[in-house]
Amino acid sequence: MIPQSSKNLYVDWVLVFIYMALVIIGWFTIFAVTGPDTFSDIFNFKESYGKQLLWIGMSMVLIVFVLSIENQFYERYSGIFYIISIAMLLGLFVFGKNINGQTNWYSIGGFTLQPSEFVKITTALAVSSMIGDNLFDLKKFKDLKYILLILFIPIAIIVIQKDVGSALVFFSFIFVLLRKGLSIQFFYSLIGISVLFIITVRLGVGITLIAVYSIFALLIYYAVKRQPLFFRRNFPIVIGGFLSVTILVFGSDFAFRKVLEPHHQDRIELWLRMENSPEKIRELKKTYGYNNDQSIQTIASGGFTGKGFLDGDRTNGKFVPEQHTDYIFSAIGEEFGFLGSSLVIILFLGLILRLLYKAEIQKSKFNRYYGYSVAAILFTHFAINIGMVLDILPTVGIPLPFISYGGSSLWAFTILLFIFVRLDASRLDDF
Amino acid sequence: MLGKKGGILFILTIISGAILLIRLFYLQVIDGTYRNNPLNNSSVTAKYEYPNRGFIYDRNGELLVNNLISYDIMVVPNEVEALDTLSFCSLLKIDKVYFLNKMEKATKYSPRKASIFIDQLSKEDYAALQEKMFQFKGFYIQKRMLRMYPHPIAANVLGYISQVNEALIAKNPYYQMGELIGTQGVEKQYEEELRGVKGVKFVNKNIHNIEVGAYKNGIYDTLAIPGNDLTLSLDLELQQFGEWLLANKRGGIVAIEPSTGEILALVTAPSYDPNIMVGRERSVNFNRMYLDQFDKPLFDRSLQAQYPPGSTFKIVSALAALHLGSMTEETTTSCYGGYRYGSGPHSFMACHCGTGGRPISIREGIFRSCNSYFAITYKRSLEKFTNPQVGLNKWSETIKKFGLGEYLGVDLPIGQKGLIPTADYYNHFYPQKNWRASTTISNAIGQGEILATPIQLANMVATVANRGFYITPHVVKEIDKKPITDPRYTKRKETGIDPHLFEPVVDGMQMVFETPGGTAFWHQVKGIEICGKTGTAENFIKVNGKKITLEDHSIFIAFAPKYNPKIAIAVFVENGGFGSRIAAPISSLMIEKYLRDSLSNPSKADAIHNIDLYKEQYNYHKSLRQLNDTSK
Repeated sequence: MIPQSSKNLYVDWVLVFIYMALVIIGWFTIFAVTGPDTFSDIFNFKESYGKQLLWIGMSMVLIVFVLSIENQFYERYSGIFYIISIAMLLGLFVFGKNINGQTNWYSIGGFTLQPSEFVKITTALAVSSMIGDNLFDLKKFKDLKYILLILFIPIAIIVIQKDVGSALVFFSFIFVLLRKGLSIQFFYSLIGISVLFIITVRLGVGITLIAVYSIFALLIYYAVKRQPLFFRRNFPIVIGGFLSVTILVFGSDFAFRKVLEPHHQDRIELWLRMENSPEKIRELKKTYGYNNDQSIQTIASGGFTGKGFLDGDRTNGKFVPEQHTDYIFSAIGEEFGFLGSSLVIILFLGLILRLLYKAEIQKSKFNRYYGYSVAAILFTHFAINIGMVLDILPTVGIPLPFISYGGSSLWAFTILLFIFVRLDASRLDDF
Repeated sequence: MLGKKGGILFILTIISGAILLIRLFYLQVIDGTYRNNPLNNSSVTAKYEYPNRGFIYDRNGELLVNNLISYDIMVVPNEVEALDTLSFCSLLKIDKVYFLNKMEKATKYSPRKASIFIDQLSKEDYAALQEKMFQFKGFYIQKRMLRMYPHPIAANVLGYISQVNEALIAKNPYYQMGELIGTQGVEKQYEEELRGVKGVKFVNKNIHNIEVGAYKNGIYDTLAIPGNDLTLSLDLELQQFGEWLLANKRGGIVAIEPSTGEILALVTAPSYDPNIMVGRERSVNFNRMYLDQFDKPLFDRSLQAQYPPGSTFKIVSALAALHLGSMTEETTTSCYGGYRYGSGPHSFMACHCGTGGRPISIREGIFRSCNSYFAITYKRSLEKFTNPQVGLNKWSETIKKFGLGEYLGVDLPIGQKGLIPTADYYNHFYPQKNWRASTTISNAIGQGEILATPIQLANMVATVANRGFYITPHVVKEIDKKPITDPRYTKRKETGIDPHLFEPVVDGMQMVFETPGGTAFWHQVKGIEICGKTGTAENFIKVNGKKITLEDHSIFIAFAPKYNPKIAIAVFVENGGFGSRIAAPISSLMIEKYLRDSLSNPSKADAIHNIDLYKEQYNYHKSLRQLNDTSK
């Protein structure tokens, strides 16, 4: 018989082990970036490595706390958590502290807290709770609109607070909805829109429209010739597609020029290597491009085996801006080389795949979708952050989970992950 | 494991991981550019060591260009701190008055910029001071490499060096801001030989920009390689003599050794002392000369000026006619004071040969410079073919064999094509192609459309001297004391004209000097068989649409001796009058000077030197300058 006692916790040690490994690698790297020249003792709480150690310690307390709570608690109170976290986000407009032009922080006695990090958890709980209900049907617009509302509120607030990077992360919930049964067309449309956006920005409205219309013309020609009946029946769809693509092209151009802020435009232009204005590119390379250049040069200089812990001369020389937060992967690349940095990537892959596997074997739908949410959020952070540091993606300021310096993000990711560990630990209890 | 619905995230995770790993592997393991180039490491700085630029010698080993390393003590007045003036002055071996005087001047020039406090220290002084200068804030020693020209000649050939500009740096990554590069003349053409290769040392710097030792123990460091010395084919004395003769005139002299194509003298006038293009005054002098649109001292007339060659062209005109078979050595024509090429009242080409209808042959045609003779043979040459188009093309093809009408390819960075018209050229003006041989009759006597630079004419006469071939003229004879091997300057270029055909022409050229009535009879040199030909080119300018006829250009070409020639020369003197007036004596003087190293009649040289065309044509120049100013 299945044991009924919730005291029997079947903690997934694989997840815990990967988590601990990443946190430890993270701390050593933060020490390498910020430590060497000011080092007195590792409990120096004035320095980043000391503070991070404090936050890691407090994370351990949080883990115990999260694990000791009854598992139904998370599902039952997900709505309340969500509302509280949204309130915290809104509170920033009143009590927020302005750092680097963004008002995303509460400042409490020298420590800062970034609520947007925690909203990811509460949104994951809320979404999972809502779609975990068997009666919920994504194909009904009545149900779908609630999900969209839950996602839209934090995205809107965070965008208003100018933290586009964090807002982007909320798009990872599409993977959760896909799992629930959202039509794959949504995903393809999203990809299609993104591709269309990139093409429009890169080639301009004129060329894009000519290309798109040519493709349409070919398709129609083919359709009329081979399957005239099909074409006649689906005529409204063809016209609709034609119109919506046209609108999307103009919309992309408008969004790029009018909606995005100049520094976002710059980052995208740099990413797409739009060399139409050499002076501007040169200027950009000195500003936004500087980070990317320094970052990939630092990583590349590590070679296969790395320069050794604390021996990265570019890390020690502080050539990469924001190296202890968003660009921390470059320090790993320099000091531990391909071996070390690919180990980190493999740890992340292991973590995400393990989460997906674990989510899939959950009996509770809530648990499953929550597991998916955790995997999707971690995947988005991991892929965007390292993609940016390796100069594959444009600059988006989001941290590398468990590794980047910062209390809020470490705590949030810890809670996010360990709620799932908690849910998973008693998954057998539910029946 | 995963259902179809959940598979997307699974697949995306795998794909993203693979992309990131591949990118990482590429950056860290495959692509070595970031690891192996020390300069990509921004904690490493390159320090350069500059080699000595190569010296330049003349053909006899006389030094033309060397380097002057100068150590200057510089001062930045604003950075000067209170110092012990007495000990400072005694260290620098100066007195207090000098000190105060210089400080005042430097402050006046700019308190923030560096001025020279003491210039050109000796090496010994420099060594002694170097260790002590750090005590005096605001003073430092700067090493400068200057080009020095012991003889103030041949500025047009030697060229000059200047600091590289941004456009050049973008094109050629070898250079860094503030470095020097050859900008004109031999200095530009042979920049890579002269400059050598700079050495580089890579040093590690920390974040405070302080050097902390050699990068990787100096395994990427290189030593400077000094530049190669150049030996020019110029003859210092001949060049000097030529420049002296052209004093107060405008024009060019080019002398070539026919058997090798080596340029013995390349004179342009007015020119300048190359020493003024060195150091601080360079930009002032450059601007002054650049803006002088009347004399154009930076314009190398010997290479760039395109003049109608006038009667000197009859030499190749004759050779073309002989080659094309439209006449032979025996062909005679008669001249009745000119040649009528059309029915109109002005369709008449006057001639001053004075033969009065007596039949004349090619030799006499040349030495008397008979216009009619060449007009007739030119017409025959063209009419020999099916139509004048084909005829003219054949004719100009033959003429171009002499290096005319195309870039000659001299080893200097400037030059002009000149012009030898082809049928296409006239078809452009006569779209119906209804032009005839007589339309282009002026070509026969080197007027009309024909243009040539002095060096092209010198090369042309060298080809005649060689009886049918030339080697592209060049100024560099040896690089690093080794004879040049570049096939462009060692390979013969054949005209394909039978050497026997040259004899009557050469005879005619000799008669120019040696037969009474020859145009240069008065300029013959006893004991040297000179062959030459005068030329007088009409020229005019158009000012505000009005055609103004100017004084003729005086032209002369010659080579000597007749057999086994050693020197071929072309002389152009702008507005110098008849060819025999200035250009012919200059040629014979230059030839005598080169072959004998002394002059039989020095007073003649003085007389030529003293001809001051500026003074003679004072009013005429004045009105030209005014026209020049008003047309601006």
